[in-house]
Amino acid sequence: MLTFLIRRLLVAVPTLFLVVTVAFFMMRAAPGSPFQGDRRLTPEIEAAINAKYGLDRPLPVQYANYVGDLLQGDLGPSMKYRDKTVADIIGEGFPKSATIGLSAIMGAAVIGVGLGVAAALRQNRAADYLATSIAILGVCIPTFVTAPLLVLLFASKLGWLPTAGWGGVRNLILPVVVLALPQIAIISRLTRAGMIEVLRSNFVRTARAKGLSERRIVLHHALRGAILPLVSYLGPAAAGLITGSLVVEQIFNLPGLGKYFVISALQRDYTVVMGVVILYAGLILLLNLLADLLYAALDPRVKLA
Amino acid sequence: MTAFGPELAPGSRAGAAAMTSAARKGRSLWDDALRRLLRNRAAVGSMAVLAVLVLAAVVGPFLTPFTYDQLNKQDVWVAPLTHGHLLGTDSLGRDLLARLLIGLRVSLAVGVVATCVSLVIGVAWGASAGYLGGRIDEVMMRVVDVLYSLPFIFFVILLMVTFGRNFILMFVAIGAVEWLTMARIVRGQTLSLRHKEFVEAARAAGVSSGRIVLRHIVPNLLGPVVVYVTLTIPGVILAESFLSFLGLGVQEPLTSLGTLISTGAQDMELAPWLLIFPSIVMVVTLMCFNFIGDGLRDAIDPKDR
Repeated sequence: MLTFLIRRLLVAVPTLFLVVTVAFFMMRAAPGSPFQGDRRLTPEIEAAINAKYGLDRPLPVQYANYVGDLLQGDLGPSMKYRDKTVADIIGEGFPKSATIGLSAIMGAAVIGVGLGVAAALRQNRAADYLATSIAILGVCIPTFVTAPLLVLLFASKLGWLPTAGWGGVRNLILPVVVLALPQIAIISRLTRAGMIEVLRSNFVRTARAKGLSERRIVLHHALRGAILPLVSYLGPAAAGLITGSLVVEQIFNLPGLGKYFVISALQRDYTVVMGVVILYAGLILLLNLLADLLYAALDPRVKLA
Repeated sequence: MTAFGPELAPGSRAGAAAMTSAARKGRSLWDDALRRLLRNRAAVGSMAVLAVLVLAAVVGPFLTPFTYDQLNKQDVWVAPLTHGHLLGTDSLGRDLLARLLIGLRVSLAVGVVATCVSLVIGVAWGASAGYLGGRIDEVMMRVVDVLYSLPFIFFVILLMVTFGRNFILMFVAIGAVEWLTMARIVRGQTLSLRHKEFVEAARAAGVSSGRIVLRHIVPNLLGPVVVYVTLTIPGVILAESFLSFLGLGVQEPLTSLGTLISTGAQDMELAPWLLIFPSIVMVVTLMCFNFIGDGLRDAIDPKDR
């Protein structure tokens, strides 16, 4: 267990380093620069700004400087938001995106597993078809369709919920629902497939032969195995959701990280983009590690080494 | 010969015909799969609907009374079924039906071409890694891991700004991002195939590695790959619509389902038909691909049902 953790962390560090390197050079290979486009700058001013941010030096030097700062935990200043550092921007946006994303993925996990188990227990009957249809519909309707439709219905027509903006819990309901719907769909499909397979396995037959109640078999014996495929799916999915969905943040006008990220990428705000990429990659590595640990905890056959 | 049974005895014409086709492809396996697929009503129905949609996308634009970029200044925001506009018009008086058909054509084309790109890269990468194994496998899969840890939207924006908003390059860009999962699936399959007897036999006969991968490994990967392809196409269509939502999609006056939906969402309270009709077409298209994909998976890999 401990050796597994250490080994995984030792692999994670070079992976993260590679991600930083690839992202850095890809970002710089793209044409344009942060100080182009918005206004006409005289060559002197542009050169001065470039010098201020170290953009006038050769690329390898800039890379070395960036990695050096990074190792000291410094993500650098934003190149577009004049008086903010990257850490400020992440500190502002990330908690908001994470609140919405975590609520969505946790709600979706509970509802999706429930639907999936119900569908598997009533395989090929009305309840199963209903759950399957909901699942397929959920996968097929993009968030930028559900979001305006739900706003139209619950905010504009019924007036139950605010249309947009960041504020109380009521503001979060619609964004969370919009984000959760496709996840509910995927999670319920994975759970259904897992459950059907586990219910046919020998240990479930043994449990039945012992005369255990169906309820106990499903909840104590089968569910564990059934959600195994889910565990490996949830890691990357959660990373994507808590770093912020651009579509949802745009439609509901939320000051989250996703919006900052896309705007920064479009404007070549190099440091902000790098900061978010590192956060995202770090989260993916961390959540995958958690998923593996959870996997081993759920499935006694898996040995971590 | 006797293995084919009495009805396929040598000499009978049916037997000869069956044997030549059996010699060309693993007949019985795929025949079984086809039979199972045709029994799946949702999949067959989806194939029919999809055929109609493809036909509409290919032929439809030639048959509409208006062209997709024709401005009708006196018919701005006309509701469906008025002034000869079956589905109404948009803010510039352009006929929605004509735009919808063109949008469907663009979205389907993006889906198919990008999926082909991801298919070629993913299969080549995954099969090589899995077959060569060892160090090379480790390095190749590490590359996939690193690329996986970068946010999808980061790639797409960079590719977009690097190559400009070129229609063809957009296909390639999305495909170049979508190949990672394909490579993982293919590698996993290849690992289990490379020690099979027929591969050993080919190696013993002195066939080169490249030829073994091409002639023996890749054909046997077809099952899982076909299933994944039918699930990638809707994913790509969604990705393209996501780009359109960001304003990075196809350029006006050309359009796609995603572009139509995201502009429709802006005007939904004034002209709800601009959101509703494109959304319906999008959802139906994606549903068809999903049902076909599920049907294929059940047909090719019956244990998952």
